[in-house]
Amino acid sequence: MIRTTFYEQESANRRESVLLVLIVLVVLALFGFAIGYGTSGYPEAGIAVTIGALVLGGLVSVGSYFAGDQLVLSSSGAKEVDPQSAPQLIDVVQEMAIAAGVPMPKVYVIDDSAPNAFATGRDPNHASVAITSGLLQKLDREELQGVLGHELSHVRNLDIRFGLLVAVLVGSIALLADVFLRFSWFGGGRSRDRNAGGAAAIVFVLAIILAILAPIFARLVQLAVSRQREYLADSSSVELTRNPHGLARALAKIAGDQEVLEAANRATAHLYFTNPIKKFEARSSSMFSTHPPIVDRINRLRQLTGDPPLAEADVRALTGLD
Amino acid sequence: MEVVIVLIVLVVIAVVVIGIYNGLVGRRNRVDEALSQIQVQLKRRHDLIPNLVEAVKGYMQFEQKVLTDVTNARAAAVSAGAQGSVPQQAQAENALTGALRSLFAVVENYPDLKANQNVLALQEQVTTTENQISFSRQHYNASVLDYNNGIQTFPNNVFAGMFGFTKRDFFEAEPEAAEVPKVDLSLT
Repeated sequence: MIRTTFYEQESANRRESVLLVLIVLVVLALFGFAIGYGTSGYPEAGIAVTIGALVLGGLVSVGSYFAGDQLVLSSSGAKEVDPQSAPQLIDVVQEMAIAAGVPMPKVYVIDDSAPNAFATGRDPNHASVAITSGLLQKLDREELQGVLGHELSHVRNLDIRFGLLVAVLVGSIALLADVFLRFSWFGGGRSRDRNAGGAAAIVFVLAIILAILAPIFARLVQLAVSRQREYLADSSSVELTRNPHGLARALAKIAGDQEVLEAANRATAHLYFTNPIKKFEARSSSMFSTHPPIVDRINRLRQLTGDPPLAEADVRALTGLD
Repeated sequence: MEVVIVLIVLVVIAVVVIGIYNGLVGRRNRVDEALSQIQVQLKRRHDLIPNLVEAVKGYMQFEQKVLTDVTNARAAAVSAGAQGSVPQQAQAENALTGALRSLFAVVENYPDLKANQNVLALQEQVTTTENQISFSRQHYNASVLDYNNGIQTFPNNVFAGMFGFTKRDFFEAEPEAAEVPKVDLSLT
């Protein structure tokens, strides 16, 4: 579908994110209910199990909510900068913060020649933006504005919080599946309750099937949500800069770069501007990627300026694939 | 029994109306805040200019006109901000933008000046200040859009007039802004 204004792209992205979260919620509810009813024969047990799983998942994530950003920043070796040490960077972040209507975040630089950036923090008042020295060197002011517009949009759209919400749901499903399969394996298969009958037994089997499939399915949905939010951040960046060219050029420059970002690993990969684990980028049209393919991101931006999608030759030149 | 139902309906309506009112107050305040932010940025630009003129003055003895143009335009903008109407202020600020562009165009002719660290730093300052003025106007327009949508859509529009919420205007560029600014490269 061609969407020629950033407003349309943003609305579509938000709708799709919400839909995906609802799907996970429904899966969690069905699964919890199936476990509760299947093992005990009481529907009330199903509701109790679902709520219990959500509470546990939430508790596990509380630490991440409050301290997560510090952890990510220190694990990546980021150093805070100020107007004396990085005047142009601070200026560009300030410009984007004004355009986005959010307070000025803390700004960090990671000493690595691989070009990348990320944003973290639970809300705009506690936000941080980090960028590699490689990115700072390779981009001009307009491109830097595009990238930082993208990162500040993650902050403004509360994507870090949204991602955490999804992680809680997915984690709860995984937890439920784990606990349930363990107990069933060790003899929970026999229903010890008078109330359990034929219906409950069928639901029990359903619960076993869900226990195997639901965690994988939920993880796939989580990755789809991550990709949606990346597209949303791209559109929001254009809303801030009113200039798709800067961001499109920045993406093209980064696509061509084959360097691996040393500080990133699988756990933090989803936070970055482009997927820092290079072997995923090449086949990232798969469902297993946290980021959409760079070529798709560039093509969506080209829709906004009325340009045709990139030609085959350009795509090959960009990604170095043949 | 009917009394209870009527009471519940009334409470629900009250909660909804309170929500609408508070939402509109928040949006209107954001518009006002965005407006004052523009003033903050304009003042920043005014404060920057004396430093800039000082830094280039020594090198540009033959360029007095350009320097005095900038200084005068700045003074005019400051007084328009203090006493003039919004359109008058916008006009004065646009004139100042033109004068600054002329100044930087002339700086291009002086290799020593172009390479001077102070001048480069000031040039970045001016660039970012111009951008920040522009983005704060853009943000103002975005908050006006949000507020106007808020008071014009249903069901808010039913209560908006009652509570005294009126439509706000977007920041409009002056007609002169559509013209290409004149850059004065004369040596007099």
